[in-house]
This record gives sequence, C-alpha cells and structure tokens, in this order.
Amino acid sequence: MDGRAAMRLLSPAFFIPLAACAGRQSPLAPAGLQAEWQHWLLMLMFWVCGIVYALVMALLGVSIWRGRHRLAAAPETSPDDRRLSRGLGLWAGMIVAGLTILILGSFVVERELAGERRREALVVRVTGQQWWWRIQYRDPAGTGWIETANELHLPAGRTARIELGSVDVIHSFWVPNVAGKMDVIPGRANAIDVTPHRVGWFRGQCAEFCGAQHAHMAFDVKVDTPAEFAAWLAAQARPAPAPSGAAVVVTNGPCASCHTIRGTAARGRAGPDLTHVGGRRSVAAGTLPMSRGALQGWIAQPQALKPGTLMPAVALTGAQIDAVAAYLESRK
Amino acid sequence: MSRLDETWADRPGWWGFLTTVDHKRIAARYIVTVVAMLFLAGMLALDMRLQLSAANGTRMGPQLYDESFSLHGSTMLFLVSVPVMEAMGIWLVPLMLGARNLAFPRLTAFSYWLYLGGVLMLWVPHALGITPDLGWFEYPPLSGPGYAPGHRADIWAQMITFTEVAALSASVNIAATILKMRPPGMTLARMPFFLWAMLIASLMTIFALPAVMLVTSMLIADRLVSTQFFTPAGGGDVLLFQHLFWFFGHPEVYIIFVPAVGFVSAIVEAFSRRPLFGHIAMVLSLLSISVLAFGLWVHHMFAVGLPRLGNDFYTAASMVIALPAGIQIFCWIATIGSGRPRFATPMLWVVGFIATFVIGGLSGVMVASAPLDLQLTDTYFVVAHFHYVLVGGAMFPLFGAFCYWYPKATGRMMSERWGIIAFVLIVGGFNLGFFPMHILGLEGMPRRVYTYGPEMGWDGLNLLATIGSTVSVLGGLVLVANALLSYWRGAPAGADPWGGPTLEWAAPSPPPPYNFEHTPVVTGVAPLWEHDDLPVMTGLKDDAREVLVTSVLDAIPLYRQHSPAPSIWPLLCALAVSAMFVGSIFTAWAILWGMVPIAVGLILWFWPVRGRATSGPLRARGQ
Repeated sequence: MDGRAAMRLLSPAFFIPLAACAGRQSPLAPAGLQAEWQHWLLMLMFWVCGIVYALVMALLGVSIWRGRHRLAAAPETSPDDRRLSRGLGLWAGMIVAGLTILILGSFVVERELAGERRREALVVRVTGQQWWWRIQYRDPAGTGWIETANELHLPAGRTARIELGSVDVIHSFWVPNVAGKMDVIPGRANAIDVTPHRVGWFRGQCAEFCGAQHAHMAFDVKVDTPAEFAAWLAAQARPAPAPSGAAVVVTNGPCASCHTIRGTAARGRAGPDLTHVGGRRSVAAGTLPMSRGALQGWIAQPQALKPGTLMPAVALTGAQIDAVAAYLESRK
Repeated sequence: MSRLDETWADRPGWWGFLTTVDHKRIAARYIVTVVAMLFLAGMLALDMRLQLSAANGTRMGPQLYDESFSLHGSTMLFLVSVPVMEAMGIWLVPLMLGARNLAFPRLTAFSYWLYLGGVLMLWVPHALGITPDLGWFEYPPLSGPGYAPGHRADIWAQMITFTEVAALSASVNIAATILKMRPPGMTLARMPFFLWAMLIASLMTIFALPAVMLVTSMLIADRLVSTQFFTPAGGGDVLLFQHLFWFFGHPEVYIIFVPAVGFVSAIVEAFSRRPLFGHIAMVLSLLSISVLAFGLWVHHMFAVGLPRLGNDFYTAASMVIALPAGIQIFCWIATIGSGRPRFATPMLWVVGFIATFVIGGLSGVMVASAPLDLQLTDTYFVVAHFHYVLVGGAMFPLFGAFCYWYPKATGRMMSERWGIIAFVLIVGGFNLGFFPMHILGLEGMPRRVYTYGPEMGWDGLNLLATIGSTVSVLGGLVLVANALLSYWRGAPAGADPWGGPTLEWAAPSPPPPYNFEHTPVVTGVAPLWEHDDLPVMTGLKDDAREVLVTSVLDAIPLYRQHSPAPSIWPLLCALAVSAMFVGSIFTAWAILWGMVPIAVGLILWFWPVRGRATSGPLRARGQ
C-alpha cells in the first residue's frame, strides 16, 4: 500500500483545531515525509490510547457504582472470583492486541525513517556550538564548502542528509515540521535524512540542554522550490565587497578575530560566517528578528540580549556600530 | 509489659535522639525531612512556573533558571521520591510483620544520617551560592572539567553518592527483614502484597543503584584527576555516561513506583473489605516489571543515533511494561467492584491515582515508540509524561498511604473534610497544570528553556500550567496543615480505625517501642479478618532485645536473635563517611585519609558485646 494513502486512513480529524494553531515549530503540522510518518504514528497512538483510557475510566466508574450499592458490615474473606478471572484474561488479551498494533506501527514508521533515500541526497553539514549552528553546503561549482549559520535552506522534494557534528557539548538538531530529533554529540558522526515537501518557513531549536543559552539556540528553516534553492545557494557562494568608512572595523578590527566575511580580511572561525548575514531572518540564533536595529543592539550589548553568550561586547564607538550594522544588513 | 518497655525504650533527651535505633522514630525523621524537601522543591517549581507563565519572562535569568530546575529535579528524585519510599518501608515493614524492629537496626540509623548528609550536601552549597546547574542528569561533556569549572557539578555527583549509600543501606535492611523476620505461618504465599512490593523495590534498588554511584564517581574522577572516561579526544565516550546513568535511571522510576503499587493495593484491600483480587497475578506482574525495568534504559537515548534495530528492541521491551501495569489496574478496579468499598480519603487518593496515572502510562507507551519519541523527547510532552507518572503514579498513592497509616503512627484521625479539600485541590490543580504541557510539547516547546518569544504562541497554555500548579501546591499546604493540626486535635484513633486486614492494625496506635507484646502467628493473607483473637507465640525475652528469625520460604521459627541496642556509632560513622565524601570533591587524598576514621568508626560500631551469645536456636515451647 502506498504510504501516503495509509497515512490518510488515520487522518488527524480530531487534531484539526490543534493543528490549525500549531505553528512553524510543531510536529502537528508536518511539512516533510519523516514528520508525516511520525504524525501518522502519533494519531494511531492517540486513538488507541484514548480508547484504552475511556475503557479504564468506564470500568472504574462501573466498579464504584456497583460497589457503593453493596453495603455490609463484615469483610468478605473468600469471595468467588471465577468471573473476574475470566475478565482479567480478556483484559490481558486486549492489552496484548493493542500493544501489537502499536509496536508494529512503530516498526513500520522506523523502517520508513531509515529508508534508503541517500543516493540523490543533498549533503549538508550542521555543527552545533554553544549557542548557534554552523551550516555548510557543498559548493556545486567547486570542491569547497559554502558556509552560513543559523538558517538552513532545503530544496522541496529532495532528501537532504544532514551530517551532524559538535565542537563542544551535546546538542540536539530538531526541526519538528520536517523530522524528529537527532542528537549532536562530540566524538560521534550522526546523520539524519530529511525530505521536506511543503515550501515555507519553519523553525528548528536545540533540544538537548547545552548550557546557559540553550533557550536561544534556534535556527530558521526555509524549504525552497529546487530553482529557488539553486539560486539561493549560488548567491551564498558569492564573496562580499569590502566595507568602507567606519565599517572597516568589521574586517580589520576585533570582529574579524571570530567572524569570517568571505572576500575580505575577516577570517575568524569561532563565530558565525557573516558573508550574507543581512539576508537571514534572525540575529543571534533566533534571539531577535533581523533588522538594522537588532544588529546594532546585538553588537552593542550582546550580554544583555543573550546573557552568557560567547560573543563579547567589543569597544566600538556609536558611529562604528551604526556603520557595521548598516554594512552587515546590506550583506544579503 | 513494663519490662518490655524498659528493654526497648530509648534513653530520654538528646542522647536518646542521637542514638535511637527504633525504626519508627527514624522513619518519622525521614518523613519530616522529606516533607521539608518537598516544600522547597515545590517552591522552586512555582518560581519556574511564574517565570514561564508569559513570554519573555524577566523573573529569572538563565543561571537562576538552570539552578532552579537542577535543584528541583535532583531534590525530587534523590531527596524526596526514593527516600520517602524507603521511609515508609522502614516504618511499616516490621509492623506488618509483627516484628520488634528491622533486621539491622543500626544500619537504619546510619541510612538516615547519610540521607541527611545528602540533603545538606545539596542545600548548604545552595545557600552559599554554589548550586548545581546542569539538570538532574548531568551529561558530560557539559558537566566535564572543560565546561563546568568550579564545584557545582561535584556537589551534585557527591549528593548522589550520599543518598545512594543511604538507599542501599535501607534496601538491604528491608529485604533482609522481609525474608528472614516474618512471623510464624507467614509463608511467602501468605505474605501481604505490600511486603512483596517493598521486597521487590529493595532488590531492584540493590541492583540499580551501584550503576549511578559508579557513573558519578567516574565523573568526579574525570574532573578531579583527569581520567578520560567521557572525553572523546582522550579515548573516552560521552555516551558511556548516558548508558550507565539510565541503567540506573530507568529502574529508579520503578523503585519509586513499585512501593506505590503496594500502597494502592493495601488501601484498596482494606477499604473494599475483601482480599485483593488476583494476588498471584499482581505479584507476578510486579516481578515481571522488576525484570523488564532493567532492559529498557535505551528508550531514554533514542535520539543519540544508536542503530535503529536496537532501538526497535527497546521500543518493544518498553511497551510490554503496559501489560503487567494494565493487569494491576484491572485487579484494583475488580477488587473495588466486587468488594464493599468505602470511600474515605485514602480510597479517594486511589481513584485519583488511577485516573491520573493511566494517562501517564499511556503517554509512556507513546514515548516508548522510538520513531515517535524522536518528536516527543526533550519537549514538554515528556515533562507532562513523567510528572503524570511520578506525581500521579507515586505521590498520589503516597498521600493516600499517609492518610491511611496516619492514625496508626499518631493515634489520631485526620480530618476527613480537610482531607477531601486537599485531595480536590491537589488532583484538580495537578491535572489542570500538567495536561496542557502535553499540548505545549506537541506545539514544539523544548524542555529546560528559561524563556521563549511571544511569536511562539506558547504563553496561554503556560499560564494555565502555572495556575494549575499553584492550586496543587495550595492543596499540598492544606494536606500538611491537616496532618499537623490533627496531631493535637484529631479524634483518638484506637488500634484499628479502618478495619484493616494486616498485622500493623493489631498493634496499639501509636505502637510502643517494642511494637507487639507477643509475636503474632499467621494463617492467611489477611490475618486480622480471619481471627477475632489473633493467635500469638511466646518465647522471646522481655528483659533483652530479641527478635525472631524465621526461614525464608515457610517462615518456620529458627532463632532468637539479639537485636542491637541504641548506639552513637552509626551517627559517628556517618559523619566520618560524610567527611570523606565532601573532602573527595577537593582532593583525591581525602579518599585515602578519609578511610581511617571510617575504619575506626566501623570497628567500634561492631565491637563485640558481652552477652550477645544469648541468641540461639529456638526452644520448642508452646509452638
């Protein structure tokens, strides 16, 4: 049977009101093949477990009702339990049947998640760091890697193999609308296959506690049409023009010791690549929506906006901050 | 009578307080400490709920929030849930056995003092501003030397060592008592179900806890002397920590839950006024849970990238737990339905338990599925799940047990009216507060975030969760106030206010230091319902501390055993052990030099006492 058809058999009729308000970071609004299978399994579980719960409550209610009408003084020390024993057997049989359905359902979905789709897969490297995501694509024109940060673009309808690495502690990569989690563990090469098929903006977030700013280790996910994706990647590959005026501190001042802006002297590796930072949707791993004001605030007072962040407040004049923010915002 | 009193009473005053080996006094100490811990952890929870009740909360920064959830989780798991179950066992097991004390009375005292050491180990540093801040399971490398400088992580790790040594001492004690000190006639087949639950929980503790002591010791070694157990660059493996931790961590849940099953069964039996339906099925289901519990720790690690076929095995193993748990639920409901139930407060807690715990069990089936768990783990869905299991599944039965045995412990009845008010507030508030967390998890809210933006749309349900939790905490205060006021004002209870079936109801309320004047003789699983006059055996001395030792299977009397008298050495040994544990945070030499006072203390503790040889084979007399 076709997988999608099987999924529709258990369509989430019940969850429609909930799914409608579920946003761009929710397994209830799947936009990828893996998340769809997981959603199907959630619905299966929901119905089976819901029926079981209703049954238990009904039994409890009947028992209380019947018991209350049976008042007697002395305790019964040797009741006849033959009928109850048959009931227990029946109950155990029902549990076994329910569990069989759920275990088989889990196996089917597990098999789908592990499906062999990697032949045509787009390889994306994602590296978790305290508290942001380094994202690298293979350069279609050359042999190198094109680097960006905190914004993952994926082409619709094509499986991407996300290769996960960590340079410090354990993180967890999670884009619930597209697929489930995979932990990002130092010393281990984990990978997760995701096949998004609905175009749009989604959100991912670190799901394993990783220190002070675990709450602000998010990233935006854009599922593009294949043509849009190719255009975006080509744009990302382009280097940046050098800054001028007061903004030169970004390439020859303190910023450059941690950040890279391709095509300029800024080649630091500790922080996110800023070559096309102005084209991203948010600042500081999902902490603020992208705007010149947000960039100014972030440069001036990173510790106030994201306490504990490894980005220090560097000594820049107001004019320098404004110029740097304007330059970065223009880096679409 | 008065000679028994003289023989078993503690010295008055402080010396008696410090040296007592009376299981009831020690259990009361445990419970008072646990209630204080429960209050503090509840306050932390409320504080966190207030922070999260609206988007961009400013009540706490990340550091304070991380400390709060770490302290809340560690306190609840290590300083409340496990110790309170041990405490109930320490108090109840000898009474339910018709025995004068536990098998190793001084070990009971030692266990409490070390538990208190664990409490101080966590909360004194908190008062000094050195609070652990990495959760109740501190995964390396985040807790390793590279990312957690200072002593916060060490304090957490040594707090675990304290409480686990305490729990192991209590468990060995309880298991030995149940196996060797049952009254004549109480064969294993006639053993009340609660004692099965305590025996199984104790054996599970003995098998599970060494794993966590090992793993926290390895963590301390990594931090203190640069072993590389968990450092990938040094040939270590960060996942090793998770395997060892959860090999303990999953059975831990059942170590908390299994005694609760015992409470529920005891209450259902007493208030339905018929023996528990399916006694054998219940015992077998507990045994199967205790075995299965050790084979499914990987379901806490489905997202770490282990081979999928292995994950499937653990999926099936985890789901299978639903079978024995479902059988237990059926047996309780069947007992109520075929009995003559009275719905006093303890029984209300059972109803609240079933209605709440089954939700937690079913959400447990959901997270047991590896592919689905990848969406649910580390979200608020899991937070909802384990609170339903631990609060609904263990705390509600505990509150019921508290109300059920309170008259026995104090000689007074608790107020029914205030008991019902507390029940409604706690159960209602809990469900109001924690059910929305399932939905929050499905809307993508991860665990352990100190704040979230308004664009996420999580604020409404979070506010509801805060309101519900507050109501629940208010109910907890009513429960404690009821217990305190009833202690002075409650109606006198008499020996057997509920018409209970098991031996503890044959002792006076509150029980005297020697518990029972004579050792009861048992002919069935509900001895007090079978005889108007409980048969007893005589032969234990009343001018020396003696207990009866019987055979493991059939409880045939074997020996009169000398029972140790009060002693200061358990306290002094606990102090020596504490000094070593605390010192080992700072220097590895503390382990070497710390051994010396411990050795001296243990030698003096076990110094042979003249007259001990009065123990010996039981003379046949009146048997």
